[in-house]
Amino acid sequence: MKPAPKHQRLVLVILAVAALIGAALLAMWGLSDRAAYFRTPQDIAAGRAQVGEPIRLGGMVKQGSIVRQPDGVSIAFVVTDGPADVPVRYRGIVPDLFKEGGGVVAEGRLERGNTFVADTILAKHDERYMPPQMGNIQAERQTRKTVAQ
Amino acid sequence: MHRFANPARFLKIARPATGWLLALGLVLSLTGMAGALFLIPPDYLQGETARILHIHVPAAWLGMGGWTGIAVSSIATIVWRHPLAGVAARAIAPVGATFAFLCLVTGSIWGRPTWGTWWEWDGRLTSMLVLLFLYLGYMALAAAEKERGPDGRAAAIFGIVGIVNLPIIHFSVQWWRTLHQGESIGVAGSSIAPSMLWPLPLTTLGFSALFGAIVLMRMRTELAETKVEMRLRRMATAA
Repeated sequence: MKPAPKHQRLVLVILAVAALIGAALLAMWGLSDRAAYFRTPQDIAAGRAQVGEPIRLGGMVKQGSIVRQPDGVSIAFVVTDGPADVPVRYRGIVPDLFKEGGGVVAEGRLERGNTFVADTILAKHDERYMPPQMGNIQAERQTRKTVAQ
Repeated sequence: MHRFANPARFLKIARPATGWLLALGLVLSLTGMAGALFLIPPDYLQGETARILHIHVPAAWLGMGGWTGIAVSSIATIVWRHPLAGVAARAIAPVGATFAFLCLVTGSIWGRPTWGTWWEWDGRLTSMLVLLFLYLGYMALAAAEKERGPDGRAAAIFGIVGIVNLPIIHFSVQWWRTLHQGESIGVAGSSIAPSMLWPLPLTTLGFSALFGAIVLMRMRTELAETKVEMRLRRMATAA
């Protein structure tokens, strides 16, 4: 017995959708590294960034590492992802959410000696939202999680 | 579903449903947005800016939900040749596109004070922009194909192919390192404090009801237009 045309079409559509999603997943998986929006201090420690190549560096601002220069607009800080650290220099205005222990993405270039010179500083926050009184208690713990994954 | 292959039967339900959905949508959306603006506490880190979440998140969900609707209608067009499926898909497209656009705009407004940028080409933002472009492409293709005849197969295939972008949007924040944070609300629960979360179901349901009401209006309009066209054609041949 020959299946009804609408059943043939249903099977065809299901196969097509499965094949499409499979193809997309494969393509995205193949893209995984290059589609990353930023690199981590560990990538840089592993030598996966050329000196002078424009990249983005993401991680947490290390506690106690922000140093404001006397000129008032230059700052230096350290981006960390736990195992690795990268010192960063930046001249300009930082977003309000940029703080020690918070997530950060810096656009710029790596200099010789593995210092990162940033042109732009973006703040990254995590997926948690809570009222201020709860936040004060938990903020310390919360903000640590933000980027590093 | 095939009960509704007859437009008269569909209209019998769609006509009263439009008004109810519209009223429900307005009440829920306004309540939810008022709650988000005035009643919930500000965020510990972002302050007042986090309130936009209650528009941004439902807009993102409905932008993606709209394409899911187009895909389901497209499958119904191709497999069962359901006569209303093409009408539904054409009705959904601009509404879904509007919500996707709303998601991008609110995200941009939110990104400036928190991240420090209006726009960045990270995985989440880019895949959402692609969704908006898919909508625009779909609308152009479906409108052009409708001129040619009632078949609608090319637009339906495009609607089905477009599904691949939905898992990409959803998983973008897990697969790649992105500026956009991970998901706050998943099957495992929510990382938004309950005192800040309660307007979200209201705006989500409200926006969804508005979405439904507008889609029904657009479907009724297209059915009415078809009817008028057929009547004119009949009059022309009779004369």
